[in-house]
Amino acid sequence: MKRIYLDYAATTPLRPEVYTAMKPYLLEDFGNPSTLYSYGQEARQAVESAREKIAGLINAKPEELVFTSGGTEANNLAVKGVAQALEKQGNHIITCAIEHHSVLGPCQALENRGFEVTYLPVDEHGQVSPESVGNAITGKTVLISIMHANNEIGTLQPVAEISRLARQNGIYFHTDAVQTLGHIAVDVEELGVDLLSASAHKIYGPKGVGALYIRQGVKVAPLIDGGEQEDRRRAGTENVAGIAGFGRAAELAGTEIPEESCRLRQLRDMLISGIQAAIEDVYLNGHPSARLPGNVNISIDYVEGEAVCLNLDLENICAATGSACTTGSIEPSHVVLALGRNRRLAHGSVRFTMGKWTTEGEIERVKHVLPGIVARLRGMSPLYRQDRCQPGQAG
Amino acid sequence: MAGRFSEYSEKVLKIFKNPVNVGVIKDPDAWGFISDPTRGVTMELFLKLDGDVIADARFRASGCGATIATTSTITQMLKGKTPGQALEITDIDLAQALELSERKHYVAELGRELIAAAVDDYRQRKALK
Repeated sequence: MKRIYLDYAATTPLRPEVYTAMKPYLLEDFGNPSTLYSYGQEARQAVESAREKIAGLINAKPEELVFTSGGTEANNLAVKGVAQALEKQGNHIITCAIEHHSVLGPCQALENRGFEVTYLPVDEHGQVSPESVGNAITGKTVLISIMHANNEIGTLQPVAEISRLARQNGIYFHTDAVQTLGHIAVDVEELGVDLLSASAHKIYGPKGVGALYIRQGVKVAPLIDGGEQEDRRRAGTENVAGIAGFGRAAELAGTEIPEESCRLRQLRDMLISGIQAAIEDVYLNGHPSARLPGNVNISIDYVEGEAVCLNLDLENICAATGSACTTGSIEPSHVVLALGRNRRLAHGSVRFTMGKWTTEGEIERVKHVLPGIVARLRGMSPLYRQDRCQPGQAG
Repeated sequence: MAGRFSEYSEKVLKIFKNPVNVGVIKDPDAWGFISDPTRGVTMELFLKLDGDVIADARFRASGCGATIATTSTITQMLKGKTPGQALEITDIDLAQALELSERKHYVAELGRELIAAAVDDYRQRKALK
């Protein structure tokens, strides 16, 4: 049976056009972009051409982009880089409770070095209120970092409103746009951001390459020293093939966003309504409308998300869960808990994320298979019958 | 958010797909219940004894694949044993029987606690008679 991949938020397959764009730089055009002879200059040309394409997608200047090893490094560079560059001005950072670990981790590391970090709560849909950001600003605040869209629940944040507050107070604003770039419009001017993180492998590009947009004049200390590359903001020989692939992926995404986001929204809403109609005690996590086009995240009460995903896997359907069992930690998803859900519902969260190759037939298959899986697991669950005050029956 | 099913042994997957002894026993001679909401695990065990020997064991469970497979395996291991012998089953025995990974060892520990809870219940009921 053909596998159904519904974890595009985790990673996406490489587009054949992207592979074609990368191939020369893995083989014949292997030069180091820092060298002066023709091999090097061909590679330099590939890097700068990709930079222009990605800058074009986000309405930035090419020189405002720094290539990194991925979204995690871009987030680390933004948070730690700004903190280090401005530590004489202040030691306070504002972020929110549902950020990706690659923002939360650097914030925690800075706390250990004497920084103060405010982790703003989110509402039941996962949104940060701009008022709460305004109230958290102090004279020592040097950075506000709020993600554009959440990777688990898909909720979009009011980034433009928050960035206005940041600007009014003369504070740098960073957004993690790893989940939105190439999927919805991302315009650094409209969003009013000073720093923005992006990743190639979420938009059908290769793994191991990302970028940080740094608005001209914004001070960021490098994480990696030891070379002149990327205007001394990120030392190390460039991942030329990866960068070329990122550029091609960005170029293709740019032309397809309007149509593809509309198609995915339809599939998303079809899956949400289909699941809610077929299974009782299911709750949508995240905002009902202000959410990523291809994101469905539900909490299925009385069952555990990993058991659901394991059963889905047996049916050749790949989906993700926020249950602790799969993340190695004891607590379930920090994102679902931050919505105010109890631990049982957090453990019961399942995420389906759709992308370029997702078809209506695949969504129909999930709608067909999921109710049986949930019924089977609930049939085994002591929680289900206890809550419903039904006497136990042989399962 | 990522699947890590490869950490499961063939045994866990096989039992998870087809668990045995799912259900309840009405008027059990022993009942055990363990809940660990932090980890999202709930296990329930029903025992029926013939004299001093466990004649039937049934379970219900909610949790990950290892939780369901472990509780199912417990019901099989208990049949034919006395309550005293049941208590001799250790978390290591369960982990070995299911080839549980290190990260899932806590499920075996909860399984051992489940057996202890059921035996405790059995002894309390017997003392009341």
